[in-house]
Amino acid sequence: MEFEQLRSDKRAQIVLGLLTGIVFGFLLQKGGVTAYGVIIGQLLLTDFTVVQVMLTAILVGMPGVYAMKAAGLVRLHYQTGSVGATVIGGLIFGAGFAILGYCPGTAPGALGSGSLDAAIGMIGIALGAGIFARLYPRLNRIVLTRGTFPAGTLPELLGVRPGIVVIAVGILIIGFLCLLAILGF
Amino acid sequence: MTAWFMMATWSPYIVGAGIGILIWTTFLLSDRPLGCSTAYAKTAGMAESVISRRKSEAMPYYQKFTPTVDWQWMIVIGVLMGAFLSAYLSGTFTLLTVPPLFAAEFGTDSLFRSLVALLGGILMGMGARWAGGCTSGHGISGTLQLSLASWVAAICFFAAGILVAGLIYGFTFL
Repeated sequence: MEFEQLRSDKRAQIVLGLLTGIVFGFLLQKGGVTAYGVIIGQLLLTDFTVVQVMLTAILVGMPGVYAMKAAGLVRLHYQTGSVGATVIGGLIFGAGFAILGYCPGTAPGALGSGSLDAAIGMIGIALGAGIFARLYPRLNRIVLTRGTFPAGTLPELLGVRPGIVVIAVGILIIGFLCLLAILGF
Repeated sequence: MTAWFMMATWSPYIVGAGIGILIWTTFLLSDRPLGCSTAYAKTAGMAESVISRRKSEAMPYYQKFTPTVDWQWMIVIGVLMGAFLSAYLSGTFTLLTVPPLFAAEFGTDSLFRSLVALLGGILMGMGARWAGGCTSGHGISGTLQLSLASWVAAICFFAAGILVAGLIYGFTFL
């Protein structure tokens, strides 16, 4: 692949990580999703900004990534989940999401906007990640591999070509965003 | 153009589209999905290795996610800088220790808010590593790859988030 050299250049990647983060943080802040009230508003279903940002990102990101994959320019990076890892971890994350009111990406964005409570949240996230790392060997043995999902991706699960799922998911997202707009969000 | 950068908020569709395009570049230039929670695991690993390098190097999780400053780690630093730039340019940068919505319900005690934020953060950090990603890694980068695990994770994030936020603030939509 043409980009192999850049991808394996550690120094260049550190700079790219910083630049990517700056653009990401700028966008998150402009989107308003670095505000505690907007995130909690989403979870209380009174403000749909978070879902609108996420779904539009998927709507734009998905065809681009799949087109580049078809052209042999990029590889996909996903994990095969399980009930023990994805569902249990996802529910613990969701509880933390509602209590903290920021997520691992929006917390530094909130801090950059002046919300100092996000810094405490970030310390908490690192502590939580550290606790998980300590428990990892035991959790991996007991729970993480329970109920492994039957497929890695939706196209594999459904047994149809990825292009068809990209189009179907795109249509569903547009439909859902239109519905939200009609409902006045 | 400059007026645009100084606006306090952009349409969520513009922001979402921008993030989508940004993810094209992370796949193309860095061969990675855009995610944030790995950086926290790396930070925890750095803290562990300050305490005992030998012990942290023996921990299986830090063999999977090496505690080093790399692309992943710089993302979080960049987000902080980018958000500051955005808030500064639009004049919306405001120092606060208790968000207004929280203060209206639970008062302005910043120690109480700090404890709540710490507890929420700990749960979130555990959950993110448990599920293998966060709102960006699973919620955006994974779902747009049509990863089954990411769609399940995103649904679980919101299901538990809606339930717990409702328990805290009341189910206002009912």
